Amino acid sequence: MVLDAFRKQKNVAAPLELENRDIPDGIWSKCGHCGEILLNKDLIRNYKVCQCGFHFRLTAPERIQMTLDSGSFREIDAGLLPVNPFALSDYAGKLVEARNKSGLNEAVIYGEGTIDKIPVVVVVMDTNFMMASMGTVAGEKITRAMELATAECKPLIIFAASGGARMQEGILSLMQLAKTVEALARLNEAGQLYITVITDPTTGGVSASFAALGDIILAEPDSMIGFTGPRVIEQTIRQKLPEGFQRAEFFKQHGFIDKIVPRPQMKETLAKLLALHLQGEK
Amino acid sequence: MAAILEFERPIQELENKINELRKFSSEKGIDLSNEIAILEKRAGEVRKSIYGNLNSWQHVLIARHPQRPNTYDYINFIFDDFIELHGDRYFGDDPAVVGGVGWFNGRPVTVIGQLKGKDTNENLARNFGMAHPEGYRKAVRLMKQAEKFNRPVICFIDTPGAYPGIGAEERGQFEAIARSMSVMSTLKVPIVTIVIGEGFSGGALGIGVGDRILMQEHAIYSVITPEGYASILWKDSSRARDAAEAIRIIARDILELGVADKIIAEPLGGAHQDPEAAAAMLGKALTETLDELLKLKLEDLTSQRYEKFRSIGNLK
Ligand SMILES: [Zn+2]
Repeated sequence: MVLDAFRKQKNVAAPLELENRDIPDGIWSKCGHCGEILLNKDLIRNYKVCQCGFHFRLTAPERIQMTLDSGSFREIDAGLLPVNPFALSDYAGKLVEARNKSGLNEAVIYGEGTIDKIPVVVVVMDTNFMMASMGTVAGEKITRAMELATAECKPLIIFAASGGARMQEGILSLMQLAKTVEALARLNEAGQLYITVITDPTTGGVSASFAALGDIILAEPDSMIGFTGPRVIEQTIRQKLPEGFQRAEFFKQHGFIDKIVPRPQMKETLAKLLALHLQGEK
Repeated sequence: MAAILEFERPIQELENKINELRKFSSEKGIDLSNEIAILEKRAGEVRKSIYGNLNSWQHVLIARHPQRPNTYDYINFIFDDFIELHGDRYFGDDPAVVGGVGWFNGRPVTVIGQLKGKDTNENLARNFGMAHPEGYRKAVRLMKQAEKFNRPVICFIDTPGAYPGIGAEERGQFEAIARSMSVMSTLKVPIVTIVIGEGFSGGALGIGVGDRILMQEHAIYSVITPEGYASILWKDSSRARDAAEAIRIIARDILELGVADKIIAEPLGGAHQDPEAAAAMLGKALTETLDELLKLKLEDLTSQRYEKFRSIGNLK
């Protein structure tokens, strides 16, 4: 991994200040990359990034807290519940499980807030809810966020993460890709800034729709990106994929990512980009 | 002679009997016309009952029938002076996506379609209709060209999905699909998409963002193949039949769900029974649809396209 670079930089972000209640359950976590045992209170202060550079996945509330100005976020449509259009009993069970596991009603949250006092509309996808797969309600919330940004002339920032489409919603889930792409076209026509932040993992339909269409596409280090997941490719071609295949660094090298931004620098990078797109001079 | 599907056996058996009687009758000079007429009546009833009560999986089998007319067949039947145009101008020419220009009812149109083969060799040459990024980029190029020359775009969908491979990923499959949908969402000419066989995943939708979505009677459309659904969610790909029922993939369902706008009838038993008749039915539906769209003012066209997708799965 190419993750150590940011720690050598001069402006390493200040440690995150947190209330005690924000520290996750349990005392320690194990790094998925180097195996190091880390105290949760230290880990969260370091933006859930290990000493080795490994970025732990974030919950949506953690992402909001690390990115937006403290207390500025106002969530919209928090009460929208997923639908089960074909009344599948196994899907109904999975939805209950996902709600309990994530504490969220859907895999997507959106709302308004500020970054360095600049107002933005922000969307965050949370993999703890059914791998942030995109069903009808997730697609609806993302579309509403796009429409809000268009109507209020605010920049839109989407933290993408997803295993793909919510298969249990069939064709309706697939059509969310078209719906979000259409809504983005209107944001684009309105001349509004749209920044995508690719986080681990962003695959399937989400990668192949709004996540790929940012004016600027940032990615967290080592995030998995791609249309087809590595397992399906390996099954098809019957060979192992090379190390680093479909990671953010790979796609940056192939020209699909503007910049890889380690998490401690994410807010600052977004703030600079937002400022560069404000109307008027400095 | 079209290959026989398992559930078509009873029809086949009756037809064999009828043929035997005919042969016998002409060889021996015995009049069996009564017996033959009874059997033919019976065959007609059995046909109606079988084809009138197809389950989702049987629709899947017809949609994937090896002799089902493909994009090339419809191009040859419906469009005059079609000229195929090749290449994405960046990397290559994708054999799984066909595109070009031709006449339809005396009007130049752009035609783009995913192309499956009819035998193993053709399928290998066409990657089983699974497009690479250059297929979507060729589609984008031809759509922009259609916009420049103000001609409608007709897209034929027939694919199990986008190609899952190293090169496809490396060259940005996700970006190619997203870009194609994005270009379609604002294109300033009418777009009609027609699902003629199977349409699965973003691979299908990559050329599917149109003003109207038509589906042939036995076509299927969903987010993932029944096999994929069963193997990912149930860890058992042999349950594809159950998946086909569960997530509602047949034309009638897609119409009810508000995604398809119109179903195009097929000859009894499926388009492969009579490709020319199937093409005539498709051509008629396309004429009606294009006539509707060509009457619209540009701003109505694009705002209706927006509303079409905006309202899918409406929560209110
Ligand atoms: Zn580590």
